[in-house]
Amino acid sequence: MGNSTHASAAGPVDFVAEQNSEEFQKLRKSHRNFVFPVAIGFLVWYFAYVLLAAYAHDFMSIKVWGNFNVGLILGLLQFVTTFGITTWYVTYANRKLDPQAAVIRERLEKQIDSANKTKEEV
Amino acid sequence: MSLSAAVLTVAPLAKSLGEQTKENSWINIAIFLAFVAVTMIVVFRASRNNNTAADYYAAGRSFSGGQNGTAIAGDYLSAASFLGITGAIAVNGYDGFLYSIGFLVAWLVALLLVAELLRNTGKFTMADVLSFRLKQRPVRIAAATTTLVVCFFYLLAQMAGAGGLVSLLLGLDNTNKVGQNIVIAVVGVLMIVYVLIGGMKGTTWVQIIKAFLLIIGAAIMTIIVLAMHGFNLSTLMDAAVNTSILEGGAGEALLNPGAAYGKAPLDFVSLALALVLGTAALPHVLMRFYTVPTAKEARKSVVWAIWLIGGFYIFTLVLGYGAGALIGKEAILAAPGGVNAAAPLLAFVIGGPVLLGFISAVAFATILAVVAGLTITAAASFAHDIYSNVIVKGDPKPEMEVKVARRTVIVIGVVAIGGGILANGQNIAFLVALAFAIAASANLPTIVFSLFWKKFTTQGALWSMYGGLGAAIVLITFSPMVSGGPTSMIPGADFSWFPLANPGIISIPLAFFLGWLGTVLDKGTEDPRIQAEMEVRSLTGVGAEKAVDH
Repeated sequence: MGNSTHASAAGPVDFVAEQNSEEFQKLRKSHRNFVFPVAIGFLVWYFAYVLLAAYAHDFMSIKVWGNFNVGLILGLLQFVTTFGITTWYVTYANRKLDPQAAVIRERLEKQIDSANKTKEEV
Repeated sequence: MSLSAAVLTVAPLAKSLGEQTKENSWINIAIFLAFVAVTMIVVFRASRNNNTAADYYAAGRSFSGGQNGTAIAGDYLSAASFLGITGAIAVNGYDGFLYSIGFLVAWLVALLLVAELLRNTGKFTMADVLSFRLKQRPVRIAAATTTLVVCFFYLLAQMAGAGGLVSLLLGLDNTNKVGQNIVIAVVGVLMIVYVLIGGMKGTTWVQIIKAFLLIIGAAIMTIIVLAMHGFNLSTLMDAAVNTSILEGGAGEALLNPGAAYGKAPLDFVSLALALVLGTAALPHVLMRFYTVPTAKEARKSVVWAIWLIGGFYIFTLVLGYGAGALIGKEAILAAPGGVNAAAPLLAFVIGGPVLLGFISAVAFATILAVVAGLTITAAASFAHDIYSNVIVKGDPKPEMEVKVARRTVIVIGVVAIGGGILANGQNIAFLVALAFAIAASANLPTIVFSLFWKKFTTQGALWSMYGGLGAAIVLITFSPMVSGGPTSMIPGADFSWFPLANPGIISIPLAFFLGWLGTVLDKGTEDPRIQAEMEVRSLTGVGAEKAVDH
């Protein structure tokens, strides 16, 4: 099997069982429930903006304040939402994802370490 | 009234701007040489521990998130973004700004879907992740192929840009092709030396220093331009409109969408798709995530990159309208270097020869740093994916892989110099957009499927990668950018039938579709244990490559 280089790296762990464990499924859900909706959301918002800029010139040219027209304001709002989503994701990852991942990682690494030790003793 | 008076005093100056900038080209050269000297010292110091593959390709995974994020910004803010976007805003107004939004929003794809998972499952290259749970040889060969093609187009764009810039920055005439070609060769040789000696560590430091200088330079110019207009963006836009009216240009329309893409809105949508989905699939960006010790630092890298890149693009908005106001479209297009000359000319108008020298040297450094990053990515992909895992079947002699990588660097350097000389004068922004479109078509579907879709198979990956790559290249070949238009690459010939300049809108959905189709039609299945291992590793970081201790 060509994949053996990867599989052998953590031999003693039953990854299928791990993948099906409640703990991991919860982490997976926390991750996907955040990244998928947010990714779809920012892509929809970005393409809405792109389509307006491509096809709705009159609307984008409406002056709102001084020389700031709708197009410029929506464009700058793309910057704001990008910065906002970045900060939001980092806060979420630090609070919700990292602690869950750390518990699983530490447990599995202990498992791998002890397996390596018994191998050395034999 | 005072505004138009100011414009009038600038206007006669602008006519001779090209001439004036030449008189002081020794300052540009001196500042550039200082940059080369400083970075060379840094590269030599960084080269001390470059023995293993992890050191050479991934800088021992020892950079912090902040350092790597700055290096990513240095890698990403290429000459096309700095000179290209500033020039596009100065000339086309609002439509130039559209570019920068796609380039920035794209980072959210990297942040949310790719960076951390990639760091946890890969070692050195994009192919490490793509072939993790699929059949090694065919998937690696496909991933290495797409990596090399994307790097080649991106490299070509940078090298071609180097030649075009020279005319403005070193005071050579636009027609002096020999002089330009010598500079392309010098850039190529310097890049070979950086990458050969410094490896990823040296390259990263060059990018960090360059990002720092570029952002400082752009910030200084932004502050000066804003100060000249009462720190009011609206007043600045007024001034740009006035200059445009005086020239008999677009006037008010400069502030509205339509100047560049008004006649080809679908072209713009296609470009926007390629920009937003291409970034997270650029091999030289992905490789940077391996230079940090953990997935958390990879996340921090992207956060740093987003803030630096976003801030920089806001600067270019000011600089673009500033160049439009203080120099004007006609004077910019008349200067040697054309659209790309907007930023350097603006530096000269607001800060004299010293600021021009600084900005010119930074523009050169930019090309050098980006080219170095591309070269190490391509070399790593060839040595690690093709040589070690395909030619010697995962059993290279110790030290051999890095040796092969170093030789590849020289080959790529020579190819880049030759390609750069041939591509000299081509449209830089077009070539870069092409690299994004190819990356988004050939790489992104497979990256996303292999990270998130359990049933994805080898056949799906191969169909998606080769199909996306092939579709993108075929559509480009038969687009009006290559033949049949007034500005085509091959003038005189006409074999175009695809109407758009950018293939993204067809080739990206097609590659996603092929990935799905190849998978559902695949009779074989992949080992569920390895899929399980990949998923657990990607989210938890178990067994991820550790930093190298020295």
